[in-house]
Amino acid sequence: MSESPEGQAKSDISFTVNGKLETVHVYPMERLLDVLRHELRLTGTKEGCGEGECGSCSVLVDGTLVNSCLIPALQAEGAKIVTIEGLASDGRLELLQQSFLDCGAAQCGICTPGMILASLHLLEKTPEPTLEEIREGLSGNLCRCTGYMQIFEAVAEAGRRGAAT
Amino acid sequence: MAKAAIRMKNAPIVGTSVPRMEGRGKVTGQARYVDDMVLPGMLYGATVRSRIPRAKIKQISFGPGIRWNEFVIVSAKDIPGKNCIALIEDDQPCLADGIVNHPEEPLLLLAHPDRHLLPKAVAAVSVEYDPLPAIFSLEESESLEQIIWGADNTFKSYLIEKGDVDCVWQNADHIVEAEYTTGAQEQLYIENNGMIAAFDPEQGITVWGSLQCPYYIHKALMKLFAFAADRVRVVQMETGGAFGGKEEYPSMIAAHAALLARKAGKPVKIIYDRLEDMAATTKRHPSRTRLRTAVSKDGRILGGEIDFTIDGGAYKTLSPVVLSRGAIHSGGPYYWPSVRIRAKAVATNAPPHGAFRGFGAPQSLFALERHMDRIAQAVGLSPVEIRRRNFLKPGQTTTTGQTINEEIDLDKLLSRALELSDYHAKKENFARRNDQASRKKGVGIASFLHGAGFTGSGERFLGSVVGVEASANGSLRILVSSTEFGQGTNTVLCQIVAEALGIAYEDVSIAQPDTDEVPNSGPTVASRTVMVVGKLVQSAALGVLKTLTASGLLSDSYSPEEFRAACRAYTRKHGKIRSLAEYEQPEDIVWDEEKYRGSAYAAFAWAVYVAEVTVDLATYSVTVDDFVALQEVGKVLHPVLAKGQIVGGVAQGIGFALYEKVVWEEGRMQNGQMTNYIMPTSADLPPIRVYFEELGNVHGAYGAKGIGELPMDGPAPAIINAVEDALHVSFHSIPLLPEDIFAALPESSAEPVREAGGRE
Ligand code: FES
Ligand code: FES
Repeated sequence: MSESPEGQAKSDISFTVNGKLETVHVYPMERLLDVLRHELRLTGTKEGCGEGECGSCSVLVDGTLVNSCLIPALQAEGAKIVTIEGLASDGRLELLQQSFLDCGAAQCGICTPGMILASLHLLEKTPEPTLEEIREGLSGNLCRCTGYMQIFEAVAEAGRRGAAT
Repeated sequence: MAKAAIRMKNAPIVGTSVPRMEGRGKVTGQARYVDDMVLPGMLYGATVRSRIPRAKIKQISFGPGIRWNEFVIVSAKDIPGKNCIALIEDDQPCLADGIVNHPEEPLLLLAHPDRHLLPKAVAAVSVEYDPLPAIFSLEESESLEQIIWGADNTFKSYLIEKGDVDCVWQNADHIVEAEYTTGAQEQLYIENNGMIAAFDPEQGITVWGSLQCPYYIHKALMKLFAFAADRVRVVQMETGGAFGGKEEYPSMIAAHAALLARKAGKPVKIIYDRLEDMAATTKRHPSRTRLRTAVSKDGRILGGEIDFTIDGGAYKTLSPVVLSRGAIHSGGPYYWPSVRIRAKAVATNAPPHGAFRGFGAPQSLFALERHMDRIAQAVGLSPVEIRRRNFLKPGQTTTTGQTINEEIDLDKLLSRALELSDYHAKKENFARRNDQASRKKGVGIASFLHGAGFTGSGERFLGSVVGVEASANGSLRILVSSTEFGQGTNTVLCQIVAEALGIAYEDVSIAQPDTDEVPNSGPTVASRTVMVVGKLVQSAALGVLKTLTASGLLSDSYSPEEFRAACRAYTRKHGKIRSLAEYEQPEDIVWDEEKYRGSAYAAFAWAVYVAEVTVDLATYSVTVDDFVALQEVGKVLHPVLAKGQIVGGVAQGIGFALYEKVVWEEGRMQNGQMTNYIMPTSADLPPIRVYFEELGNVHGAYGAKGIGELPMDGPAPAIINAVEDALHVSFHSIPLLPEDIFAALPESSAEPVREAGGRE
């Protein structure tokens, strides 16, 4: 839950989400996470801790992986944002999503959108990451269900299948 | 059964890793969790909680600066039925009425259309207390100086006796005695608890939420509102992890949301934030186990006394059942000619402790598996040898007198685990180089068992019912209240139906758990779903087949197309086919609830885990470098999901052993955030190598046993045994943090002390 907004005034903020230009009328200090979930009904981005620790709220902002629970809406003005809904938008799963399914990398699924965006970000920088690179790359995203091993397998597999290209 | 065997033209489905039923929704962000759901006109709810452990409430006042008239406010006075969260006993109030018994106890509920306004309003409610003396430890509770629950602070006690333990001491060559403790552990599912409730004067209450046990909530709401069963409806949304943590507390949140919704005349959503979820909801019971064992000089256990005590917190909730499982598992996979187990759950002024994967067994098995290493030292045998000499063998009886009927060979299981982990070579190697090293290495083992399904007659009392429906297009739908929260319930149950009927996995689906639609297949707990519910689903599916063959529409051998045609023909004439199956206790399961003797579980899963650790003497931190998890879990129905269950459980076990410490002050959790309550990240875990033996199980669907809880039992003792191997210091308490190791080692750690964190 964000701070009480009393005394603040709402304003218009515009940015691109998954290729679509959006303008929202919100408190400038509202968390980007809430703007995505409440204003735009993009509920694939999840809240786990609200304090930048778990990575469930990960989205890409101008190509950078960020925790959307830490970013005020204001800061997203003019940015290009990618959320989980921006993947597989034509109804076909991306290679990375398919690998997550095949390898059992999603159990309860609550960390999965954030995990997939973090993995995507990693694969963009490092198309075929080593196990160490995967471990490091995902260490900002917590998963309580899987013990991570099958997530590592999924990312390695996606790398091999050429997900980044 | 015979019919099922005849058809199988297709490749088997059971035993293969078909795609997870609800997997697509989860990897695309389309899966709907409770916080993703919005109802028109919905308000947001919040809970005002007690700040102190035990007190009379003198007065509650609503501070300035808040437009209170805009808020819906609910207190205990607004409860139409009984003010309790019905479970085993009705002792836990839904909202405190005049007295509080633990910090974070709910006092008052608020709702408002603007969620931003709630935190300030909650903070503006001030409560005047008349404090009462409170107690926070097992010892304070046992001293009976303050009675805070019942006549003697005791929620439940059990006595399990086998043989004549009093006569073993005089003939014992060694008497090994020690005390072990384990701390509270937070389930830390990544999705916080949440509920939405709607109220309709005609239809009653509907709640949607993140939960494990729809019918627990159903029962609690009936009592709270004094409603008949058909006026309460509970729907499970996609649930983002549970691990036992959403077994019982969701009834409380559902009750709160429903009370607000009734008063507001509008739907109300309550979503906890992390701090509230951590501080207020249940955790694993802290425990203390005292073991006293009589051992012969060749290392055989002659008998022993086990005192197992758990801290239940302020109300009874599920403590009696957690205690029962912990007590029954406290003898481990060993043969005890005689034993006396005294188990007790006591009250303290902390929020009630509850279910967490393993349910008491990780606590008592930690103690026992540490103790086995202590016995080995006393006798002068290796940890491997002491276990070999005491393993249960087929035909022998457990501590409750249950005869082991399956052909389990624990010796062989242990040998295989040692081989897979390269145990002997490592042990030798580490012993050689540890002297010089500042990073000391060790290996440790734990062997253990876990009973699947409810204890004793529990399944008979539950009398679970499941349904399978066939529709005109030949697709099948499973109706169960068993819930999916990551384990793979949906997938495995659909596999079972497809396999039973010889149809495609894609032709089977499972209904969303909704008490208006699905029968009560029991709670999703106790590793019972695949074994017990799976078996019922299998027979319900065969019931569909029987209907079709009895009506002459299908012969004994058929193709999937013929099956579809038969469904079409049948439904055209008679409507939908609905087949129900109800649990019947197998005859070989006999349990005496009074004496606590007999067949405690329909089946046990067995395991040997091996941990390799490094202790860094510069930072005093322990790293797990390698982990081998070998288990016999009956038939593995879905290899990828089964492996996922084991790895996930081991990771939580590593957290239990080395990272996850709840810091308490006056009964209140001080570190309720992910920044200060530390669970393992992807950088903290070793490779977790998972192996299965498959013996099968006559009681489970296609030979399956329970699997979910087993992996929680072994990691902690295996790891702490490995730490002892590395440092030659015996630790008796978990979590074991660097500061504990620092405190136990002498200034120059060349000459380590022998004991720490307990007594012997
Ligand atoms: S919710 Fe943003 S990091 Fe956890
Ligand atoms: S799959 Fe449940 S938290 Fe990762």
